[in-house]
Amino acid sequence: MSRIVQFPRSHTLRQTAQVPVFVEFSDVFLSGLSDAGSIGFLLAQFAEADKAILWAGDRQSFLEDGDLYMTSRMKPGFLHCTLPRAHDVLQAMEDGLGSSDLSAVVGEVWGEPNELTFTATKRLALRAEARGIPCVLIRHNAKPNLSAARNRFRIASLPSASNPDDPHAPGDPRWRVELFKSRSQAPGTWIVQHDRTADRLDFTPLASDGSVGADHGAAGRGTPG
Amino acid sequence: MAQRGEAHPDDIPAVLAVEGHHGPVVHAVNRAARLLGITPHERIVDMRSLCPHLRVEYGDLAGDLRLMDKLVLWSRRWGPWSVRDGAHSLIVDATGVPHLFGGEVALLADIEAQMARLGLTARPAMAPTWGGAWALARYGTARAIADERTIANMLGALPVNALRLDGACVQLLNRLGLKTIRDIAAIPRLSLARRFNRAALAANPLVRLDQAMGRLAEPVSSEDAPEPVRAIVRLPEPIQDPTNYIAGSCEEVCRQLAKRAQGCRTLHLTVFRTDGEVASVSAATSQPSRDPAHLARLFEGKLEQIDPGFGFDLITLNADGIEGLGAFQTGLDCTQESGLTLPHLIDRLSARFGAKAVSRPVAFESHIPERAERKVAALNSAPMGETAFRERPIRILHRPEEIRVIYAVPEGPPAQFIWRRQTLKVLRYNGPERIAPEWWHDLPGTRLRDYYKVEDSQGRRFWLYREGHHEDGRGGDPRWFLHGMFA
Repeated sequence: MSRIVQFPRSHTLRQTAQVPVFVEFSDVFLSGLSDAGSIGFLLAQFAEADKAILWAGDRQSFLEDGDLYMTSRMKPGFLHCTLPRAHDVLQAMEDGLGSSDLSAVVGEVWGEPNELTFTATKRLALRAEARGIPCVLIRHNAKPNLSAARNRFRIASLPSASNPDDPHAPGDPRWRVELFKSRSQAPGTWIVQHDRTADRLDFTPLASDGSVGADHGAAGRGTPG
Repeated sequence: MAQRGEAHPDDIPAVLAVEGHHGPVVHAVNRAARLLGITPHERIVDMRSLCPHLRVEYGDLAGDLRLMDKLVLWSRRWGPWSVRDGAHSLIVDATGVPHLFGGEVALLADIEAQMARLGLTARPAMAPTWGGAWALARYGTARAIADERTIANMLGALPVNALRLDGACVQLLNRLGLKTIRDIAAIPRLSLARRFNRAALAANPLVRLDQAMGRLAEPVSSEDAPEPVRAIVRLPEPIQDPTNYIAGSCEEVCRQLAKRAQGCRTLHLTVFRTDGEVASVSAATSQPSRDPAHLARLFEGKLEQIDPGFGFDLITLNADGIEGLGAFQTGLDCTQESGLTLPHLIDRLSARFGAKAVSRPVAFESHIPERAERKVAALNSAPMGETAFRERPIRILHRPEEIRVIYAVPEGPPAQFIWRRQTLKVLRYNGPERIAPEWWHDLPGTRLRDYYKVEDSQGRRFWLYREGHHEDGRGGDPRWFLHGMFA
C-alpha cells in the first residue's frame, strides 16, 4: 500500500467493527469490462457455504466475460445455468429463491435490459428476505440506476499484493469493494485482500477521502475453509 | 388402404404410376379403372391401349411411407402397440382394449370412422393372430371379427393368397388344385412338412397356416414389456389446449406409480390430433418422482410447444424411466419443509430452460484448459472429479481471443498489447506454464501453449498464452491469445 496512513476519524473507527457481507438481495457493479475480481470476491465470500449455489447468467455475460471456470475450486452442489435472456435469469433466480436447499443465488446480467425493472428487483429482494439466503445480481456493463437492492456494491480489481517468491509476479489478489448504499450495513469502501494460503479475506477500510484506516491489520475476517 | 381420394371423381379411371424396368407401371388404381380391368404391376402403355382416356399420376412412394409411419403412431389410440406391416397396412395389438370402445364391433367401426375422417379408406379386421387379421382384412368380409373358436372356419373359405405366401408358392398350390385354406388344412401335416421343410417363411404354407391359426406364436412385441404407466383422457369434442387435463393425468399416473411403489424420471404428454398428426412434449426429472403437483408443474410453459392443429380429442400421459421409489416419511411431525428441494429445483429449471441450460461443472482429466472442465446436465448425476492443483483463472473465454502485440519482449509475455480495442500494459507476470498438445486427441501439427498470468496497470489479471514458439516447424511466428481472467 503506497498511500499515506492518516489518523482515523471517528466514523471510520465505527465502521471498522464490521465488514461488508452479502446478505439479502445485493447487486454488484463492475468497474470496467472483463474484470473478474468481483467473481473472486463473491466465491471467497461463499466459500463456507454448505449447501448448493445456483449461478445463473445470460448468454451475453458468459460470452463477453467468459464462462465460470471451476477446475481449481470444484465444489459439490454448484448449479450453473446459461440462459438466453435477462428475463430467464430473473426467473431462474426467483425459482432458486423458492428452494430450501440453496445457500446462495447468484445471477449475471449484461447491460441494462428492459425486464430489469424496479419491480423485478423488488421481487427478488422480498423473496431473498423471505428465504433468508443471500442473493446477488452481478451487473455487467451497467449503470447503478434505480433498484430495490438492499446492498449495492461496486467492485474493482486492484494491483495484487507483492508475491514473496517472485517480485515480478502478481501475488494475492486485492479488490476495492465499495458498499455505496445499504439498508442494514454501514456504507464504506474497503481494500480486500484474499490471503490464499490461509484462505481468508482481509478487509482494510478506506476513509472517505481515500486514506487507509489505521487498524487495517486487525480488521480481518476469517473464512475457514 | 386405398390412396387418399382428394376430390378425384370416382367414375373417371385413374391410376398411380411408378417407374418400372421398362417404363412406368401401374402402382394403384381407383374403382373405375379396376372395373375396366386395369390391374397393378402392368405397364402403363399396355393399360392405355385398354383405356385411352386413362388418367395417370405419378405416385409418391416415399410420401406414402412417411404417412404410414405417422399413422402407425396415431393408431396407438386404439392399442398400446402398433407396427407397420408392409407398405399399406398396420397392425395394432388391441388385446384387452375393445371394452373401452364399447366392444369389438364398435372398435372396428371407430377405426373406419376415424380413418374416413382423414380421407382414408380402411378395411379393419380383428383376429387372435397377426396372420388371421392380415387375411381377413384383405380377403374376408368387411369388418370381420374372428376369435379362437371361429378363426379356423372363417379362414378356411379364403383363397391361399390370404396366407401371406409369395407368388410362386401360390401358383404351385393352385397347380396342385389347392385353392382355399381349408384345402391346405385338410392335408396331413406330415406330407406338408416333408414337401416344404426347406422352404423360406414366405413360401412355406404349413408355417404360415400355423401362424394364422395361432398354433405357432407370432408375437407382435418380442420382449415382455412391463405394463405401461399411462393416463388417458378421451374427450367428447376436439380441444386446443390440454392445460386443464394435466393435473388430473399426473394424479392418475402417480396413483398407478404409488400402487407399484415406483417413481418416474420422464413424462411424455401426447395429443392425438383429429387430422392424423401426433404431437408430444416431454419433461424429465433428476430423481424418480411421483409427486403429482411437481410433475404437473414441469409442463408449465411447455404446452405452447404443442401444435394443436384443428384440435385433438385424445390425450395420453406416459410415464417412462420407471424406477423403484418406496414410500418415505418426511418428518416425525406433520410439518413439511417449505420450499423446493434441490432435485425439484433442477427439474423445474431443466423443464423450463432445457436440460442443457442447467449444468454442473465436472472436472475431466486433461491438461488442455478448455477440456479440463465439462458441463454436465444437472439432470444426470456425474462424479465431480478431481480439483486441479495448479492456479487456474476464474473465468475462461469460450474461444481464446487473439491479441495484437504492440511491444514484444524476447522472454515472457508482451509488455503491451491490444485486446478488444483497449491497450493493456503488462506490469507483472508469472510463467510460463507450458501445456503440450494431447497427441492422442489433437491433430498433428497442433502447437504447444505457453501460458502466462499477467497483471495490467489497473490490476486486472489475465491469462495469456503464446501458441508455439519460434522455429518449431509448425507454422510461422507464434501468435498470442487471451484465454481467461483471474480473480
